[in-house]
Amino acid sequence: MADEKIVLAHGGGGTLTRGLIEKVIIPALGGDAGGLPDAAPVPGTAGLVLTTDSFVVKPLEFKGGDIGSLSVHGTVNDLAVSGAEPLALSMGLIIEEGLDIEVLRRVLVSAAAAARVCGVRIITGDTKVVARGEADQLFVNTAGVGVRRITSDPRGLKPGDCVLINGPIADHGVAVMSQREGIDFRTTVESDSAPVWPFVRALIEVGVEVHAMRDPTRGGVAACCVEMAEGSGVTVELDEGALPVRRQVRAACEMLGLDPLTVANEGKIIAFIPEKDSARALEAFRKIPSGENAAIIGRVVERRRFPASMKTCLGGERIVEMPYGEELPRIC
Amino acid sequence: MRPEKAEEYLRRIRLAGDEAGRVVRLMEVCGTHTHAIGRGGLRAVLPATVELVSGPGCPVCVTSQRDVERMLLLARIPGVTVCTFGDMLRVPGVSSSLEKERARGADVRVVYSPLDALETARREPGQQVAFLAVGFETTAPGVAAVMLRARDERVGNFSAIVTHKLILPAMEAVLDGGSNIDGFLTPGHVSVIIGADAYEELAGRRGIPCVATGFEPIDVLEGIAMLLELIGQGRGGSFIQYRRAVKRKGNEKAWGAMMEAFRITDGEWRGIGVIPGSGLKLRDELSELDAEKRFNLPELEPVELRGCRCGEVLKGMIHPPECPLFGKVCTPASPVGPCMVSSEGSCAARYRYG
Amino acid sequence: MCLAVPARIIEASGNRGRMELEGNTREVDLSFIDNPQVGDWILVHAGFAIEKLDPAEAAETLRIFEEMRGGADASGEG
Repeated sequence: MADEKIVLAHGGGGTLTRGLIEKVIIPALGGDAGGLPDAAPVPGTAGLVLTTDSFVVKPLEFKGGDIGSLSVHGTVNDLAVSGAEPLALSMGLIIEEGLDIEVLRRVLVSAAAAARVCGVRIITGDTKVVARGEADQLFVNTAGVGVRRITSDPRGLKPGDCVLINGPIADHGVAVMSQREGIDFRTTVESDSAPVWPFVRALIEVGVEVHAMRDPTRGGVAACCVEMAEGSGVTVELDEGALPVRRQVRAACEMLGLDPLTVANEGKIIAFIPEKDSARALEAFRKIPSGENAAIIGRVVERRRFPASMKTCLGGERIVEMPYGEELPRIC
Repeated sequence: MRPEKAEEYLRRIRLAGDEAGRVVRLMEVCGTHTHAIGRGGLRAVLPATVELVSGPGCPVCVTSQRDVERMLLLARIPGVTVCTFGDMLRVPGVSSSLEKERARGADVRVVYSPLDALETARREPGQQVAFLAVGFETTAPGVAAVMLRARDERVGNFSAIVTHKLILPAMEAVLDGGSNIDGFLTPGHVSVIIGADAYEELAGRRGIPCVATGFEPIDVLEGIAMLLELIGQGRGGSFIQYRRAVKRKGNEKAWGAMMEAFRITDGEWRGIGVIPGSGLKLRDELSELDAEKRFNLPELEPVELRGCRCGEVLKGMIHPPECPLFGKVCTPASPVGPCMVSSEGSCAARYRYG
Repeated sequence: MCLAVPARIIEASGNRGRMELEGNTREVDLSFIDNPQVGDWILVHAGFAIEKLDPAEAAETLRIFEEMRGGADASGEG
C-alpha cells in the first residue's frame, strides 16, 4: 500500500521485522539476495563468511556495556553462531552534530577493547556526521568476516535435539529498558553483552555434533525458537522450570509487564545438539566462566500445531509466540 | 513436579467437579486472569468438568473505537504530546492506531504511570501534554490523583481523555446476556480498590458466588477450587482468595480520590455497546482538564464492527472459534474486535494458547 | 486487567517514596496508603501503591512461588 509507513516495531525483531524483510527487502533486492540470513558464505572464497549489523542503542552507555562493545559483540556473534571464527571487522560511524567527542572516544576505546578480547581486528572504517536531529547521537555499523570452522544450519533442527543455552536470559533488554527516558526505573541488572565464540569453540573442541546455533538477540529466546523451528519444520518444546532467569531480571520483567522469553540478549547462544551429545555439550558450556548457569532448556520434537511451546511449572502447556516487535511497558 | 499446594487445589477441583456431575462454567472477569491462565497452561491441567469463560475485563480491548478515534484525532493536533500506557499503542481505531500516527509524525509517548505524564507536562511547559486514561477501578484512582494535582498546581498544559470503566455493571450485563455463568473469578486488583463487599449485592441478588482472586497461576487454582466448592454448597456471596491484598472494605482513600475527580456515567464498550453506569468522566469542576473540550474534538458517530461477535464472546455466550472472523480476518496481527486487540483479549488468548 | 507487583518501601517522605523488588527500584506514590513506613510491603500498580500487603500472607505466598519456580532462578550475582 502506497501510504504505508515504517513503524518502530518493524525494527523489533518480531513478526513485523520478518514481514518487512520477506515482503519488501528481499523482493526489492532481487534474486541475488537469497534468503538474506544473518551471515552468509562469500561466493568465490573457500569458507569465508560475511555479516553486517547496525547499532542504534539508546542510551549509548548502559550498565554492562555501550554501543562500542555492543557493535563488536553483535557482529562477531553473528559470525560465531554461523560456525565461523571471527577474523576482522569494519566500523562505520554516523555521528550527530553536537555529540561530545569524549563520549565518542570512550565508546571507541571500549570497542577496541572488546575486539581484542574477541581476537578480531577492526581493519577499515568510515565516518559521517549529520546535522542535529538527523541521527540520535551515534549510530554504528559493523561488518565482519570470519572463516567457517563448523556447519551450523539455522534450518537444521531435528526431532530429538536438546536446546542448550549458555546462561540466564533477558539481562540486556532489562538493562537497556531501565535507562530509557520517561520510565523512572533503576536496576542492578547489567547487560550480558559478550562474545559467544568461546562457546562455539568449546563445542568444536569437545567434538560434539551441532545441528544449529543462534544468538537470541531482539525478540529474545521466543523469536529465536519460533523462527528456527518454523524454518526446520519441527516444534521446539521449552521447559519453564529449566529456563535460567536471574531473580532481579524476573522481578524487573514483572514490574514492567515484560515476558523474559521475548526480551533481548547480547551474549547468549542457543545450540541445538543431538541428545547423545547434549551432556558433553552442557559440560563444555559450564566450564566457561560465564557459562556456569548454562542449561538444557528444552527439546525438539516432531512438528505439532505450533512451532514452539513451553511446559509450565504447573504441568500445563503454553504456546510460545513470535513477539510482535517493540517491547513496551504494560499496565495490564 | 508440581508444588504441593497446586496438587492440593487440583484435588479439591477434581473432587468438587465430580460432585457437581456436570460442566461448571466459571468466568474469569479480568483479562490479566485470562493471561495468567494461558501463561500457566492451566486449561490443560483442569478437569473437563470445569469450563473457563473469559469475561470483559480488559480495559484496552473494551475501549470503544469511537474513543480510540478521539485519541487519534488528539494525537494528530500539532503541538500536542500524547502520553499513553504501552497497551494502547497498537489498538486499532477505524482509521489507524497510535503506533501508526507516531510513524506519521505524531508525538506519542509511552509512560508507565500517569505520574510520568504529569511530569512530562511540568518538564515541557511549552508543549500541550494529554494523557489517555483507560483502565478499571485499579487504574482510575491514580489517574484521579494526577488530575487533582494538575488542577491544584495549575499545570495549564496538562489534560486527559478519560474513558475509565467500572467492572460491576459489566458483570451485571454479562448475567443479563443469558450466559449461564455459575461463578465469577473477580479481578484481584480491582477488588483491592472496591473491596470484596462491593460484590455482595450482586452476588446475593443473583445467587452467584464471586471470589476475588490473585494473579499467580497458583492463586487462580485456589480461586477455582473455592468457587467450585461454593457452587456445590449452593452459596452465593462474595469471598476472597487474594487474602494478602484484598480487604472487605477496599481502599477507601483510592476510591475517594476517584470519586472526587470523576463522576459515574454510561460507558461505551467496544463490541458490547453502552452499559448504563459503567463509565467514568471528569467532574465539571475539572472540565478545564478535559482534552476533548480543550481541543474541541468533534462528536463522532458510534462504530459498528461488521461480522464481529465479540459482544457475545465478552459475555461468555460463545467461544472465540464460533465467530466467523476468528483466525481468518481477525488475528493478533490484524485484530478486528476487542477480544483480539489486546494480548489478553479472549480471542487473542485463545488464538495464542489454543 | 491490571498488573500490580508486590514491592518493599525503601524511602518514604509524605506521599512520595521509592519501592524496591530484587534490586529494581522505582518512584512510587504512597498517597493511597495509611501510614507508609520503610520496610512495608505494598502492591503497586502504574506507579501508585494501591494497598499494604499482609506480611504473613505475603511471606507464605512468596514461599510457594519459590517452590514453584524451583531451579528456574539463576544465581543472583549480576
